[in-house]
Amino acid sequence: MVMSDPTEEGRFGEFGGRFVPETLIPACEELEQAFREAWNDAAFVEEFHRILIDYGGRPSPLTECYRLSEQLGVRLLLKREDLNHTGSHKINNVIGQALLARRMGKSRLVAETGAGQHGVATATAAALFDMECKVYMGQVDVARQELNVFRMQLMGAEVESVSSGSKTLKDAVNEAMRDWVATVENTHYCLGSVMGPHPYPWMVRTFHHVIGDEAREQCQALVKQDPDVVVACVGGGSNAAGIFSGFADANSRLVGVEPAGGAAVGRGVPGVVHGMVSYLMQDEVGQVQEAESISAGLDYPGVGPEHAYLASVGRAEYPSVTDEEVVEAFQLLSRTEGIIPALESAHALAWVVRESTSLKGQVVLLNLSGRGDKDVDQMMDILGPGSDR
Amino acid sequence: MEGFLRERRDAGRKLLIAYITGGYEGWQAAVETAAAAGADAIEIGIPFSDPVMDGPVIQEASQTALDAGATPASVLAAVPDLDTGVPHAVMTYYNLAHHPGHERFAATLASSGIDAAILPDLPLVESGPWREAAALAGVETIMLAAPTTPDTRLPELCEASKGFVYAVGLLGVTGERAALASTATEIAQRCKRVTDKPVLTGVGIGSPEQAVTACEVADGVIIGSAVVRRLLDGGGADGVGELIASYREALDGG
Repeated sequence: MVMSDPTEEGRFGEFGGRFVPETLIPACEELEQAFREAWNDAAFVEEFHRILIDYGGRPSPLTECYRLSEQLGVRLLLKREDLNHTGSHKINNVIGQALLARRMGKSRLVAETGAGQHGVATATAAALFDMECKVYMGQVDVARQELNVFRMQLMGAEVESVSSGSKTLKDAVNEAMRDWVATVENTHYCLGSVMGPHPYPWMVRTFHHVIGDEAREQCQALVKQDPDVVVACVGGGSNAAGIFSGFADANSRLVGVEPAGGAAVGRGVPGVVHGMVSYLMQDEVGQVQEAESISAGLDYPGVGPEHAYLASVGRAEYPSVTDEEVVEAFQLLSRTEGIIPALESAHALAWVVRESTSLKGQVVLLNLSGRGDKDVDQMMDILGPGSDR
Repeated sequence: MEGFLRERRDAGRKLLIAYITGGYEGWQAAVETAAAAGADAIEIGIPFSDPVMDGPVIQEASQTALDAGATPASVLAAVPDLDTGVPHAVMTYYNLAHHPGHERFAATLASSGIDAAILPDLPLVESGPWREAAALAGVETIMLAAPTTPDTRLPELCEASKGFVYAVGLLGVTGERAALASTATEIAQRCKRVTDKPVLTGVGIGSPEQAVTACEVADGVIIGSAVVRRLLDGGGADGVGELIASYREALDGG
């Protein structure tokens, strides 16, 4: 069955693996071992879920969009990950990884962040568990997400601006890996998506599996059926992996929406960077290309290896949408439902809007992975203050 | 490369390898002066967009070379014309071998006069298919042994490594450090215990004195960031030649 465990070597079909410097191999092995043990330890799983409930605010609701459904001619349901503590689905994964880090006796977390959502979530977990925290963030993203930088600092994290390469998420990952190579003895790399070397893609998806589990139950309660379509945005692909994993054995169509400027599945070919074989945007000799998206969180030229696998076997599809369509969708949800989505999540909606004719009458479950507060500044620059659009 | 280095080591010489970023302005002349100044082999970097094992100095040189249009083909095309009299290795990242395909990349290396390859993001556990293709093309694959590599894996790693064993001197990325890490001698010692191949220590060696200390255990050292920094600072090939000569002199007991 798709979305079960990867092979011993961490492969999903031909994708995945563990392509990191030899220095980090023992740390990956230790992490895999710790994760396998912890996930089989009822006390660990119980503590994980208890924190997600008492602290994270789970379960997140399922919201039926009455006005927008009528306008689009589909029955649109939103899985409200934007209502979690810290404003996105990212909290699930960082609580899991921080608990694991503590179990392994590591006192320091490093993380990469694009939009800042994962950085904020990691800083949050570090404060909660009294750990040292350093977050690497591309210089371009520091500038367009300064509120999130300040949030991280408020919670005691150190934010380092990364000025190498494209100065965005890809380079923040490089810098976090360089830190980890030097500090691996006391530091856990709290990777923010279903990417990187084995066991990260599998482990991070497992921590987000709760999204799909809840959503499936909520759909059954609300509409008495599995949704016809499950749609989520994909950068690295963690929120999509979380919700897809609840429907892997259902008949639902799974759709991961990529940004046109970072369409790893759509435009990439298999390549190796950041510890994994996956679809990767590269030039003709294999240099990794820079992604370009309105959304800092999806500004990534690769994609999680399990998504590459799901695409290669045809279980999921990965269309892309343009920045312009995203800006429209961002405003549409704000106006019709009173929900300001993260620009990342607006990608999923942009696809639904574009495809509404072909989706007519269907039940569409959309993972609203994050809230748009962090993007309001940027949108004000694009739309202009006082815009009545 | 292994035979060449073994012979020199067995004759009592401490080995010295200079790393130079291919495609950086003046790199060919720097390679030739490094060899003339006493390097026993040259490691040529093929710049990659995401060099995760490299510190700021080599990152900067790589990015500058890429911005100037360096490609694997442009760097390798220049290698046959290099007049060094010593073996050449390339140091690059695995995707540049994966993208064209193992066989094709290995064949290109071999036909360009490259004797060995170092791919720091290709660990032992993932390296089998590449090593096989490289060996068929006559290219040796140099494996890296890290301070964190357990003793249980070291014999297999040293056995798989061809050319020499690259002992990573510290936990961290390439770059000079003020003092030689204690891990530098420990990892070289642990490698020497399980292999008779040449063991060279690299990463974190920043002075001839540190090189001498490292060579109390290791068969030699790899000097990278110190060399590239000379180039970045405008020292040119002459600066590189002087630097390598100072290491050579120190290692020869001068």
